[in-house]
Amino acid sequence: MKKVPCLEVNGITKHFGGLYANDHIDFSVEEGEIVSIIGPNGAGKSTLFNCITGFYPPNSGKAFFFGEEITHRRADTICKMGVARTFQVVQIIGDMTVLENVMTGALLRYANVGPAVKKAEEVLAFAGLGEKKDFLGTALTIADKKRLEVSMALATQPKLLMLDESMAGLTMVELRGMIDLTKRIREKGITLIVVEHVMEAVMEISDRVVVLNSGKKIMEGPPKEVVRHPGVIQAYLGERYVVSQ
Amino acid sequence: MRKLTLKQICGGIIAFIAVGIFPLLTTNTFAQHVVILFFMFGMMGVAWNIMGGYAGMFSFGQVAFFGIGAYTSSFLLITYHVTPWIGLIVGGLVAALVGAAIGYPCSNLRGHYFAIASIAFGEIVRTHFNNWKLIGAAEGLSLPMLNEGFKNFMFHSSKLPYYYIMLTFLIISLGICYLISTSKIGYYLRAIKESHDVAKVLGINVVRYRLIAIMTSAFLTAMAGTFYAQYVLYIDPESVMLLPISIQIVLISMLGGAGSVMGPVVGAAILIPISEVTRVWLGHKGTGVDMLIYGFLITLISVYQPKGVWGLFTNMGKRAK
Repeated sequence: MKKVPCLEVNGITKHFGGLYANDHIDFSVEEGEIVSIIGPNGAGKSTLFNCITGFYPPNSGKAFFFGEEITHRRADTICKMGVARTFQVVQIIGDMTVLENVMTGALLRYANVGPAVKKAEEVLAFAGLGEKKDFLGTALTIADKKRLEVSMALATQPKLLMLDESMAGLTMVELRGMIDLTKRIREKGITLIVVEHVMEAVMEISDRVVVLNSGKKIMEGPPKEVVRHPGVIQAYLGERYVVSQ
Repeated sequence: MRKLTLKQICGGIIAFIAVGIFPLLTTNTFAQHVVILFFMFGMMGVAWNIMGGYAGMFSFGQVAFFGIGAYTSSFLLITYHVTPWIGLIVGGLVAALVGAAIGYPCSNLRGHYFAIASIAFGEIVRTHFNNWKLIGAAEGLSLPMLNEGFKNFMFHSSKLPYYYIMLTFLIISLGICYLISTSKIGYYLRAIKESHDVAKVLGINVVRYRLIAIMTSAFLTAMAGTFYAQYVLYIDPESVMLLPISIQIVLISMLGGAGSVMGPVVGAAILIPISEVTRVWLGHKGTGVDMLIYGFLITLISVYQPKGVWGLFTNMGKRAK
């Protein structure tokens, strides 16, 4: 019997008026994998995230999470089923401390504050934010805010974690830390889908890469193959670059 | 998380004793009246705070719940001779249901848009009541004079029973607000206040938790409405449904400190005596003087301490972080 994939996306289409942000996108993610989604700005990566996680209703197509259809479900229901995500523009609760932020996420699985705090402390220690747990969310550096957002998502105890550019704008040291965190999340048995522009990270962490351009999937494969593919190079650098090679 | 400190508990006990014996020390009924109103607006501020302070729903329509509470219990008393104590509960439930009915379609409204919708809601309810013959339309309802006593929720010889009933209501409201603020609901409401996106991504059913906040707030505000009807024994749309009452509730909460349990009580303690005293001392000539003072205080506090007067106390220790 074939194993049910963690996430299966079938022909997801989303258009805003005449602009097709996602045009019949198909791909699937096996449990335990790290799959990166890359593509130039405006390729439809974030829209795809929004369609899968219930923030936008897709115009057509379906998404299945472990065989169960999640298209057209409410975002909070999808989260409860075990799909967590972060946003390209960091979303944290500014007037709460780091611990309270993560605890609010943990409350999805606990009725009371006590056990949720324990879970939150555990997640913060895992994410390397333990010492900053009493800082206000707004007082953090951008790197720590991104770590906090990932921690909040982890606190909801997902099976699938979708990170939207969690590594953008980080220094080299911070980037190493984030790559390391991503790998450790996978070791916990959580499947990851990562939208990323930082190719260094993509090459290192991905099992497979899906490439989008102008709303269409143009390529899918192991990272090393993908970066050599002429269509991908063309999407990123233009036609003349491909010809000159 | 935010456990009560020893200092807070001691302060609470002292304040409790002070308000408990205050009316026994003075025979001045005006002073008692001012404190009763302070309790009542404090309670409505606490109720507003659950919506506005925690969940970020800036309601300028609270007076509709107040009026619904006042009218429901009075109507039941006059028409069916139902004791106001049952009317109190029924009024609260009616207000909560009306709140849910208006809150549900407004689920996606945030910030200014929610505020505008809430003003419209309050005005629509007032206009209806102003023209609704069954409940006296613009003439209002005069409550029958019944025998004095707890059962009838009517006391003619002294304000003391009203004083202690309202104090009890206020304490109940504070208790509910405290429970909410320290529980899952409170954290969820604060997440919703920050942004609906962040709430959804944490698995929070935004619509459900907003409705919980609206309905709780509506119920408590309606309780104050029933109390007011029993206290003055005459209600009409002009006295229990006017927009300025809603605005006063918001100002009280903002001045005292939105998003903290005690903030609205502090705000009411400052603003209600000002408005009552100026009204009595300056009479008709003084109309609006309290609003001038309000405006000045609100400007001051929003410039120097956006978390309100209560924030002045609680933030001193936290600055270092």
